[in-house]
Amino acid sequence: MSDALLTVDNLSKRFRGLKAVSNVTFTVPEGRILALIGPNGAGKTTSFNLIAGVFPPDEGTVTLKGQRLTGLKPNRVCAAGIGRTFQIVKPFGHLTVEENVVVGALARERSVETARRQARALLERLELADQAQRPARSLTLPDRKRLEVARALATRPTLLLLDEVLAGLRPTEVDRMVEVLRDLNRREGLTILMIEHVMRAVMALSDRVVVLDHGEKIADGSPADIVADPRVIESYLGAEEA
Amino acid sequence: MTILGLRNTWGVTGRGAALLALSGLALLLAPLVADRYLVSVLTTVLWFAYVGQAWNVMMGFSGLLSLGHALYVGLGAYASAALFIHFGIGPWAGALLAMLVAVAAGCGIGFLGFRFGVKGVHFALLTIAFAEVARVGFDHLQWLGGSGGFFLPVEAGVSDPLNLRGSPTLFYYVILALVLAALAISRLLLHSRLGYQWLAVREDAEAAEAVGVDLFHARMTAVAASSALTALGGVFQAFYFNNLFPEQVFSMGRSIEIILPAIVGGIGTLIGPILGAFILTPLGEGLTFLLEVSGLELPGLKQLFYGVALVVIVVFRPDGVWPWLASRLGLVRASGEGDER
Repeated sequence: MSDALLTVDNLSKRFRGLKAVSNVTFTVPEGRILALIGPNGAGKTTSFNLIAGVFPPDEGTVTLKGQRLTGLKPNRVCAAGIGRTFQIVKPFGHLTVEENVVVGALARERSVETARRQARALLERLELADQAQRPARSLTLPDRKRLEVARALATRPTLLLLDEVLAGLRPTEVDRMVEVLRDLNRREGLTILMIEHVMRAVMALSDRVVVLDHGEKIADGSPADIVADPRVIESYLGAEEA
Repeated sequence: MTILGLRNTWGVTGRGAALLALSGLALLLAPLVADRYLVSVLTTVLWFAYVGQAWNVMMGFSGLLSLGHALYVGLGAYASAALFIHFGIGPWAGALLAMLVAVAAGCGIGFLGFRFGVKGVHFALLTIAFAEVARVGFDHLQWLGGSGGFFLPVEAGVSDPLNLRGSPTLFYYVILALVLAALAISRLLLHSRLGYQWLAVREDAEAAEAVGVDLFHARMTAVAASSALTALGGVFQAFYFNNLFPEQVFSMGRSIEIILPAIVGGIGTLIGPILGAFILTPLGEGLTFLLEVSGLELPGLKQLFYGVALVVIVVFRPDGVWPWLASRLGLVRASGEGDER
């Protein structure tokens, strides 16, 4: 456990009495890709929001490389090294694609010019360079998803939280995104925690999978173990194929 | 928010630059050819362009709707006038203190609003409330003239620019300089790190926070910048008109007049508030003139026409006139061709 980058310990969150997340514990090892899966309403996005500081947990702690993040606001969590995307994309609509990413880069840069250079490099990498000067609101959904990733990466995170960046993409687009993510992970050692429904991508990318159901962790293991787990099949995988 | 319109702020083409330069030159030379009346109208136009620009920093850049900007005008006006009358401190030095007073008020309102999560329309209500409290409060402040008004001494024929005393032409050039300065400052801010963060907060606060923007800091700095700039407009007003009445200075109507140029010209754009002022004030003056020559003497008719004209503009150009005009006349590079900010 000494190589854990992110440690989520006994995390719980209730909304008006409803337990959205209940005693969830897992770790994300440095340099790995961990997938968080489960049926709708399982508490995946709530867990993300607890990690990212959108709201504080009722119980439990979140630690990044030994630094306690619990209770920090999102901007402090970002400064600590966590970048995130939103399930429902949130581009800065009236700004250009490039400006969107510049804002991200300014999280660690004082100079706008330097931030712009970094933004351009990232747009190149996410294949958005030819759209750089268009208003972000004019992008198609797949491009908006990539913009989310580019903007989060611009904050130079040590851990990237991806909330369903593959949902709504066509198979070829999924493959392209998977390539980009794999590349970021392998070449730069970026640690990724992803919520994902596209099982093909989960199997292809993740080193480990954590399964949530009704706010509780029901399984935690290698992708091969997870797809063979009877509880997972019953609550999630089986239901999906039926 | 469609009302925000395109953020296309500068990115002017050669033609646009030429037109802007030409307009600037025309304004610079205007007092040489214009009569007294026209100079006074232009001064009013430029004053609204200036305060509209100042308001735009909050709403246009940061998405914070203030409907009580008369507060900062009034505080700037009364502070500088009080320093002049009671302590003999000239307006240029007094302006600094006037700005500080307005910033303190703005930050007080901002603190209440942002700490306690007062957002959107409710924040706007908060700004109205403070302006109204000031209006009533200053009515009873005898040290500053109360409801009877606060007056600055008027001496004919004196030319003392250091104390902002002099001819209408002097005031014209002062307000023209303020407009150009506000334009330059706004552009500088918009292209700074802070400016990018403001825009991000305006577009989506949650996403902005996720990329490291401190929402409280971003919003407070926007309020501070806007209230400081607006206060300077108040200083000008005090020394130009030489009389201050709480009922006028802090009125809700004044607050609305301040925001109209930016709405008509294009919220969030740099040229919009200036263009808006050049549309609105002449429209009002023109209506007055037309009603006079036509002999119609129906009270409120001018306001009615003015209101209708405003509705027409806002309905047909909800993003403001400037973004539309600029792209129609090819004054700015279309988005997609690269907006060199």
